[in-house]
Amino acid sequence: MAVDALSFSYGSDLVLDGVTFSIEASQFVALAGPNGSGKSTLLRVLLGLTPPAAGSCRLWGVDPRAVAERWRIGYVAQRSALADDIPATVREVVMAGRLARRGWWRRLTAADLKAVDEAMETLAVEQWADRRLSMLSGGQQQRALIAKALVAGPDLLILDEPTAGVDADSQRLFRNALVGMVRDRSVTVLLVSHEFAAVADDLDRILVLKQGRIVFEGLPQQLTATGVSLGVHTYDLPVWLEGRAMTPDDLPL
Amino acid sequence: MIPLPWPFERQYMQLALMGGLAVGISAPLVGTFLVQKRLSLMGDGIGHVAFAGVAAGLLAGVWPIWTALGAAAVSACTIEWLRSRGRAGGDLALALFFYVGIASGVVLTGLSGSLNGGILSYLFGSILTVTPGDARSIAILGFTTAVVVIIGWRGLFSAVLDEEAARVAGLPVDFLNLGLAALTAVIVVAAMQVVGVLLVAALMVLPVGAAQRFSPSFKTTLIIASAVGATSAVVGLVAARQWNLAPGGTIVLVAAVIFIIAAVGGRWHFPGFSRR
Repeated sequence: MAVDALSFSYGSDLVLDGVTFSIEASQFVALAGPNGSGKSTLLRVLLGLTPPAAGSCRLWGVDPRAVAERWRIGYVAQRSALADDIPATVREVVMAGRLARRGWWRRLTAADLKAVDEAMETLAVEQWADRRLSMLSGGQQQRALIAKALVAGPDLLILDEPTAGVDADSQRLFRNALVGMVRDRSVTVLLVSHEFAAVADDLDRILVLKQGRIVFEGLPQQLTATGVSLGVHTYDLPVWLEGRAMTPDDLPL
Repeated sequence: MIPLPWPFERQYMQLALMGGLAVGISAPLVGTFLVQKRLSLMGDGIGHVAFAGVAAGLLAGVWPIWTALGAAAVSACTIEWLRSRGRAGGDLALALFFYVGIASGVVLTGLSGSLNGGILSYLFGSILTVTPGDARSIAILGFTTAVVVIIGWRGLFSAVLDEEAARVAGLPVDFLNLGLAALTAVIVVAAMQVVGVLLVAALMVLPVGAAQRFSPSFKTTLIIASAVGATSAVVGLVAARQWNLAPGGTIVLVAAVIFIIAAVGGRWHFPGFSRR
């Protein structure tokens, strides 16, 4: 993923201002930033849902909108984007992710169904395969949605606030699944979140976006040591640093 | 005519059964997706425009089903376009079509001087007076809709579940949404003669509401909703014949009773469920 001088505005409101960064294959990178920093817009451009106003974005050397093999991009949206009271089982939800490979009108083959079972096992949701998604806890639902994103075997996985409101057990399983994908399957992961405690030791890099600009790029340890002086939204920082050495009282703001 | 027992021993009842089953089975198939998209009233909005199409057909001396189908298809695609572009909220877009449709229908009816049994049969349904040609048309529309849903339900389900994720996955979400709107228009026109414009959306929504109280999965929701729709049509026709009731309204009332029973039973079956 190569983003170069990317800008975007809604009317006169500049949301992304010359954003530049790159992510190599098999890296585990987090994107942080306060509300309104431009994270969601950046995600939309990266996913090929919105064209940039200026600059460029490349996935595997091409514009995200021109990526023909769409199954290479796995996307886990915020849970609020989901029709979560839809009368669908966990298996049906995960199977929907396989359509990126099979095509929307084709029946799934035995190989597809095997991939569905494997994705559910990876995220430890197979015991609820025939349960309705809406009857699971928030953490269990989120794991099912990650299984849906994984089932097509993507090379790049983009997750938008996947652990918001998720219990500790689900966070641990979530962390294990992401680390396993990066190490064992060479999947590139971009995690957009306010909560990095569960994966802080596994990240290759953190990018911090504020007012449409990348204001920090480095290791999580560097962020905890110096990042707090970057002036990121004060209300977000204690959440990021939960479980780390620093507390809100230590922040030199 | 096929030899069938009472109350379907007469030809007009057999034609009514044919039309009722076609709509009863296919309308909930489309309605299942509309309910999940929170567009339960889309059928109503399109129905009102279809009414204007009927009035235009009567004014122009064209078979009203054709003009109704054209008006319904255009309005369905326009509603979907307004919704998807964010030009108007789903409910606001529907309200616009409600009022423009019914007002246009009234004006066109006045111009043609046809405010009589002809136009009223489309407003309230006239399943007992359908001709063999009408029944065949309804059956073809219903069958076509069912086949399209059976082929495309996985894609439609994916788009309903999470539209943005479906776009990222490369699914033709705009095409699927437009297809769903077009199917809604087809069902509205088919159901217009069965239950009438004013009740046209009921057969798309009530069976689905009943089915999703019990159904463990989306696929079974589709199947159970169709079964509820078909049962409503048959029981409604039997009751209408037995007690000399208006068949369209009776079919919808049967569907409503099944919905209420399912709502009460579903609370017991899935305790703690919050369903709309």
